[in-house]
Amino acid sequence: MITFMNNSDSEEEPCNERTSLMSAESPPVPSYQDGLQASEAGEVQTHRKRRAGSSRGPNNIAGGEMSGSGIPVRESAPENEEEELTLKYGAKHVIMLFVPVTLCMIVVVATIKSVRFYTEKNGQLIYTPFSEDTPSVGQRLLNSVLNTIIMISVIIVMTVFLVLLYKYRCYKFIHGWLILSSLMLLFLFTYIYLGEVLKTYNVAMDYPTLFLVIWNFGAVGMICIHWKGPLQLQQAYLIMISALMALVFIKYLPEWSAWVILGAISIYDLMAVLCPKGPLRMLVETAQERNEPIFPALIYSSAMMWTVGMAKPDTAARGPSQQAWDAAEDGREHHRSPSHADSQMSETRSPVPTRPVTSLEELEEEERGVKLGLGDFIFYSVLVGKAAATASGDWNTTLACFVAILIGLCLTLLLLAVFKKALPALPISITFGLIFYFSTDNLVRPFMDTLASHQLYI
Amino acid sequence: PAFGLFLFTIARDPLRIIILIAGAFFWLVSLLLSSLIWFIAVKASDPRDERLQKGLLIFGVMFSVLLQEAFRFLYYKLLRKAIEGLVALSEDGCSPISIQQMAYVAGVGFGLMSGAFSMINLLADALGPGTVGIHGDSQLYFLTSAFMTMVLIFLHTFWGILFFHGCEHRRWWEIAAVVVMHLTVSGSSFCNPLYVGSLVPSYILMAAAAAWAYLLSGGSAQNLRRFLLCK
Repeated sequence: MITFMNNSDSEEEPCNERTSLMSAESPPVPSYQDGLQASEAGEVQTHRKRRAGSSRGPNNIAGGEMSGSGIPVRESAPENEEEELTLKYGAKHVIMLFVPVTLCMIVVVATIKSVRFYTEKNGQLIYTPFSEDTPSVGQRLLNSVLNTIIMISVIIVMTVFLVLLYKYRCYKFIHGWLILSSLMLLFLFTYIYLGEVLKTYNVAMDYPTLFLVIWNFGAVGMICIHWKGPLQLQQAYLIMISALMALVFIKYLPEWSAWVILGAISIYDLMAVLCPKGPLRMLVETAQERNEPIFPALIYSSAMMWTVGMAKPDTAARGPSQQAWDAAEDGREHHRSPSHADSQMSETRSPVPTRPVTSLEELEEEERGVKLGLGDFIFYSVLVGKAAATASGDWNTTLACFVAILIGLCLTLLLLAVFKKALPALPISITFGLIFYFSTDNLVRPFMDTLASHQLYI
Repeated sequence: PAFGLFLFTIARDPLRIIILIAGAFFWLVSLLLSSLIWFIAVKASDPRDERLQKGLLIFGVMFSVLLQEAFRFLYYKLLRKAIEGLVALSEDGCSPISIQQMAYVAGVGFGLMSGAFSMINLLADALGPGTVGIHGDSQLYFLTSAFMTMVLIFLHTFWGILFFHGCEHRRWWEIAAVVVMHLTVSGSSFCNPLYVGSLVPSYILMAAAAAWAYLLSGGSAQNLRRFLLCK
């Protein structure tokens, strides 16, 4: 994830990167979240440090609280005040990030536990062509590694493609892609999801009602995400989209491949954001060079466009769905965080909507917020959902992974405050989550089961 | 009740939520390590020997208790450092959260996590069909489990306060008392299914710990009276 702090004057926060937390040089606003926090943070900081152009790290947020030593030395007094103000809001921002992540995970876990559809294996994506039904362990491992390589390379290609598009200013193209992908996501996936939920609870619903419900849901979603809308509603939509994508991933990724992919995505995220030649970093730097809001026409751009009064998004753009998917994917990956290997589905990847729409009004307010890429949401939910679906320890493992991810998020925010530049949000959380998942499943579960059967308490 | 505690006292302040989650994390890590030790011990021993298994289980429980307390201590150290940082950062030179609040929140974090781990699988199974104790086990299994978990959560909260207070004022005997109490409570659960042996001492200990923590936090009999009479 890269959280951006924009140097540019434009208010909007680039934070669409899924997994990137970036703090641009000038505005200290750390914005991680994509969808959730409306640009509050970014805006505020941007306003404050508008022309600062200095490399102030905006995010003291998490850092402030957790470790006092993380605070960088401030040269000037006004900077100090701002910093303290940032720090003050630090805990608040972390919580603002916690809540959506928690909500997304809850939705995913609840669905996994109740709807059988998402745990049945009905085939795989074309991005994971190697099956895992092989007799030997070595073969299975090899297949999953190959699957991972394919997936990661798809993601890399997408991301690089997106960076190129951005570099050559093909904004309309990107924008059209995003619109299309979000369209498909909102309608198609919701339809499938609703159908499965109704099937599980044996509730009958006739087609006209279904059509009406889905149409309304999708239309409001499109408007909310790509245009103005109440902040809470937009956040809710983004959470739902992330949950839907995560569910799709959980269903269609074979088991071992999923874990290996999660690990590989974290590494990729780390590299893409921190290496000098990483695509995400290049994207950020390009945007900063041009002194324009990051990803103006990319996924997040729809919101940004509105805030800066640029051209309205046109709903025309009817490209092939594959394109839309690619676009969305790129946008997503690129922005959110390369670590999202959401490439699998040929359907639209969660479109950039994750970006919180920063309306101009909000910009006026001196709020700071943190932005998180939607991709991060998705992968966190995938991890927790897989834990809920496949672990035999059931709830204990799920809980353990949940706490591990939250702590990872805290630490990432802390680091963001310390380093004040774009940071990948996936690695720490996913690492913790994976460690806790495997250890809880294999070590803690027998222990707790034995304890419970004797009713001993520790 | 623990959840109610959470809602009313912690959910308002984001800093406390973070401390809570971190506390839960520390407990989880301690559990992980202790189960690792137990697992290794079990694997290295003969699975058919009943007595040995039981002995190993007891050993595992005691070890886990000690580890939990050790992690509580580590967490205390971390929070001390954090407080210094917060003080340095805040505008008026005093920390937005006091060490006692932190102790309380840390205790709740530990307790919630331990309670969750103890109860949640039980609850999930309880949703399904079946009768409790059909094989001759006690029929009060769920009820006693619920009570025991609740008392444990409260105990963790109080122990947190006592422990941190002991560390603050360097009263080693307070810390030792907490450890001993924890061991006693866990040990008393060995008496299960003779529930009298485990629940009653636990509740008595909880009442004692509660009173002690209350006094330490600055309460007194007068405050209590005033509160009860709604003055």
